Amino acid sequence: MIKIAKRAELPKNREWAIRAAAVLLSIVFAGTVLAALGFDPIKVFAQIVNGSVGSQMRLNQTILKAIPLTITSMGILVAFKMKFWNIGGEGQIMMGAMGATYAALHLPPDLPSAAMLVLVAAAAVVCGGAWAFIPAYFKARFGTNETIFTLMMNYIAIKWVTYLQYDLWKDPSSFGFPRIAAFPPSAVLPKLFGVHVGWLVAVLSVVLVYIFINHTKKGYEVTVIGESVETARYAGMNIKYIMITTMLVSGGLCGLAGMVQASAIEKTLTYSLSANFGFTAIITTWLGRLSAPAVAVCCFAFAMLIQGGAYLQIALLIPASVAEMIQGIILFFVLGSEFFIQYKVAFDHRAIKGVA
Amino acid sequence: MKKIMLFTLALLVGLSLAACGGDEGSQTGSGEPFDGFIKVGFILIGSKTDGGFSQAHANGIDELEAYFAGLVKTMAVENVDDQNRQDIRSAAENMIDAGCRVIIGCSYGYMETMAELADEYPDVDFLHFSGSMMNDTNFDNFFGAMEEPRYLAGIVAGMMTKSNKIGYVAAYPYTEVQIGINAFALGVQSVNPSAEVNVVYINTWYDPEKEKSAAQALLAQGCDVLEQHCDTAGPIIAAQEAGAYAIGYNLDKPDSAPKAYLTAPVWDHGAYYIDVVKKILDGSFSPESYYGNMASGYVDLAPLSDLVPSEVKAKVDEAKAQIISGELAPFSGEILFADGSVLCEEGQTLTRGDIWDINSVIKGVNATE
Repeated sequence: MIKIAKRAELPKNREWAIRAAAVLLSIVFAGTVLAALGFDPIKVFAQIVNGSVGSQMRLNQTILKAIPLTITSMGILVAFKMKFWNIGGEGQIMMGAMGATYAALHLPPDLPSAAMLVLVAAAAVVCGGAWAFIPAYFKARFGTNETIFTLMMNYIAIKWVTYLQYDLWKDPSSFGFPRIAAFPPSAVLPKLFGVHVGWLVAVLSVVLVYIFINHTKKGYEVTVIGESVETARYAGMNIKYIMITTMLVSGGLCGLAGMVQASAIEKTLTYSLSANFGFTAIITTWLGRLSAPAVAVCCFAFAMLIQGGAYLQIALLIPASVAEMIQGIILFFVLGSEFFIQYKVAFDHRAIKGVA
Repeated sequence: MKKIMLFTLALLVGLSLAACGGDEGSQTGSGEPFDGFIKVGFILIGSKTDGGFSQAHANGIDELEAYFAGLVKTMAVENVDDQNRQDIRSAAENMIDAGCRVIIGCSYGYMETMAELADEYPDVDFLHFSGSMMNDTNFDNFFGAMEEPRYLAGIVAGMMTKSNKIGYVAAYPYTEVQIGINAFALGVQSVNPSAEVNVVYINTWYDPEKEKSAAQALLAQGCDVLEQHCDTAGPIIAAQEAGAYAIGYNLDKPDSAPKAYLTAPVWDHGAYYIDVVKKILDGSFSPESYYGNMASGYVDLAPLSDLVPSEVKAKVDEAKAQIISGELAPFSGEILFADGSVLCEEGQTLTRGDIWDINSVIKGVNATE
């Protein structure tokens, strides 16, 4: 009855017009819902912006939320660029944080902080990369479906860390409360301009991923594989090798995000550390159309939405669930618009006749 | 009421004059002058309507606002996971940014983050429920002798059980929880030495589904009275569905399952909040480790429901009067741990410090981790 067909490439200005319309529609729709609930929609939207960038402290909060999201998104981007659907960011963050925690708790705590932090970060990159290596190897060797594979590995990682927290690594001096010992001060990321230096890591990761994809031979190969595996094969590229090494980079970056969270925020490892950043990063990466700078902007916008939503609770005494609903509505429309950019939808009159 | 308001108003005016006078920082934890009222921010682990733990705090928040009628404004961030420091910090900093001068965190896991924040924001007072950390200027903790009403709840359970199997849905195998279990079991044993207490740890404070399914597991083992140390009404509802009795926690809430609900050990957070905010307003606040009890009214056993026969009521009233007068302490006389080691010797009464060293369950309790 309804015919859905893939569109030919839309002109860029049409694409952006559709996106702008989606954002506008989401605001109108969310506003209607808010009005129906008895809130003043204009005030609410103003407070979302005000709550995310309206003061230094709020801006810091927004940046704190953007940091892990950006680093993870860069990791996801590298994999998506070769159409390797890495849905496993969540697990790779966890395993990275686990590696970081192991290093932080077992290296001599009086190491110079710089050396300590480099080693802790290296351990995170290795563990995150190793976790991504498994699905990459299976895809390269046996052609397994990486979407399901990486997705399921998230739950294994989370449950594994839960086990560490509740049993294997439980701090014996915590009176039976399930928590892992805290990082020594030398393994905690210092602050720079009021926010922990994770922001520098995030900025660097955006720059490096941009250079990697656009200005290196390896990045070019990744892009070619993403466009067409056949072309890559014809050009004589070692697809399996490239796939596996790229996933090591992808998982390594996600692992690094885990290290940043463990070291700067949690100062230990907890089973809720990944806090859905691995999943949210998929959205931001997709919205940013796999371009590193655009993805970074999306990550910041998303962090604004999270922080602004949290601030609503305080500024307007709006329940947390309403704030989350607004986020959901905006996402629904914006992501939905991507569908209309990629596909043409038309009522197929012949099909209707055929059924009748 | 009017008198108190006038008094507070006068105080506020005086204080703001003093602060404007330029001797900032001479008072503990206070820096900015009050602009007519003070804002107090709460961090809650669950929702204000969770039917238990967070709702008990929410009631206290309402009492605080009502008491100071306009002079104290409160705000709260709900559903803040106590294992996620980013969320805890975000909640606190957003409220500080919105002008809160007092931050009250209501879950044990907030402790380290609150300690950090107390260092970073010397002008804000941080009060932590159930924690053990504090400093000399702006960070204190508050809790209560929950072992007293738990003991009374044990008397109710011990007299109400027919199968002599009592179930206990517990959060973590952690000191605070084990104190409650042991006090409850001592209450049970004081009236029914042959009854056993079966404990299931669910390893979370707040998870309505897990709380209920743990309760169902205990009921399936033959337990006919349940007690809980977790946040929601899940176990009481499970008991009603199975035709058993249940004792709640945190909040007197008979309407959630009227055919099962017997009573509940409860908190009166409002009393503490009002008291501490008064001290902050008049400048006499200095950090302490507050430990309210039944005599001070901070903890109590909620009124027994109509399902409880009068002889049980009489027994509970008798023990309650003895606890309040100081004649009876739950942790006194010979008490052995489940492994046979000694917790308390004949003729000894445990101090608050001794009680908070407990890290296991006593004889007569079967606990599976």
